[in-house]
Amino acid sequence: MKLKYWVGLLVIVGAVGYLIWGGLGRSLVYFITPSEYFQDPAKYAGKRVRLGGIVKAGTVRYDPKTLKLEFVLTDGVTEVPVHHRGTPPALFKERQGVVVEGKFRGKVFYGDNLLVKHSETYQPPKEGYTPEEVRKLIEEAK
Amino acid sequence: MERARPRPDALTLGVLVLGFLVLLMGLYLALSAPPDRQQGYLVRILYLHVAAAWTGYLAFIVAAVYALLYLVTNRPAHDRVSAASAEIGLWLSLLMVLGGMMWARPTWGVYWVWEPRLTSVAVMIAIYAGYFLVRQAIEDPEMRAKAAAAVAILGVINIPITYMSVYWWRSIHQTASIDLINRKVHMAPAMLAALLVNLLAFTLIYLGFVRLKGYLAARQAAKEGFDG
Repeated sequence: MKLKYWVGLLVIVGAVGYLIWGGLGRSLVYFITPSEYFQDPAKYAGKRVRLGGIVKAGTVRYDPKTLKLEFVLTDGVTEVPVHHRGTPPALFKERQGVVVEGKFRGKVFYGDNLLVKHSETYQPPKEGYTPEEVRKLIEEAK
Repeated sequence: MERARPRPDALTLGVLVLGFLVLLMGLYLALSAPPDRQQGYLVRILYLHVAAAWTGYLAFIVAAVYALLYLVTNRPAHDRVSAASAEIGLWLSLLMVLGGMMWARPTWGVYWVWEPRLTSVAVMIAIYAGYFLVRQAIEDPEMRAKAAAAVAILGVINIPITYMSVYWWRSIHQTASIDLINRKVHMAPAMLAALLVNLLAFTLIYLGFVRLKGYLAARQAAKEGFDG
């Protein structure tokens, strides 16, 4: 085989190796729940973590001017106040599953990356919705 | 697959034409399917994304089966089908990733994250890219076929890992909407119909292209003087 193929092969093997041992190793536990965090906060002290949970209903406060977003993240047992800066993704709303990347400072979790987890269930709007309501739903989804 | 003078047969063309006709029907169904309660019309990316993903898996599985057949029978035709299937699988996987990224940005909020499903897909694609590097690198046809067969057979382990990744590990990716593990369908009937028709179209087009590529490869081999 020619040298350039060996180099190419090395690059591919290296990339795959990096993905498996570097990327996959770190992303296997892609996020932790608030309860898991508080079981052993020392383990994550000073480290960036991804917290996953549900946006508690009635706790979302968003100021479009300053892009400050505050809500309470819950896993059903433990609740964590989250401060985030940035426009929330379109699907962000109450009772939605989210993953926030960031750090704890005291009791408050400061997120800098917000991902929305959506369900695998796809359903059209309920029957009985008026066309206006359907249009509003679609507008919101944009 | 034919021995002496390979020619594109009516079946290949028929399957391709049928595939594209079904694709038109799939397009119509996809564009007339209702919007989703949560994400509106964005859900329509699913019909492309999932159909490409599944046929991509199918293509890699077929590549592995023909690689095994090649190692058993030593017939170059099996190697050619294996390579054709792997190549189409690679294109389908890239299409799946492209559609997935278009979908992820407006729903999750990002184009890409290194989470279990996406990472395992990246590994899968890297391995099949490596498959073609191996094919390019080795000149001797028999050596090439054997090495490629090894990659195709080892590479197929990626398919169950990728498929199961959303069940095994915590992932931002949804679990399957046509849930084969728990035997449930989480989709409205009109959406399910659109997905299944598109899946059929992709499968037919895949089959047609594998036969076509196999035929082209056979002609090339015949020209280069290797007995098919």
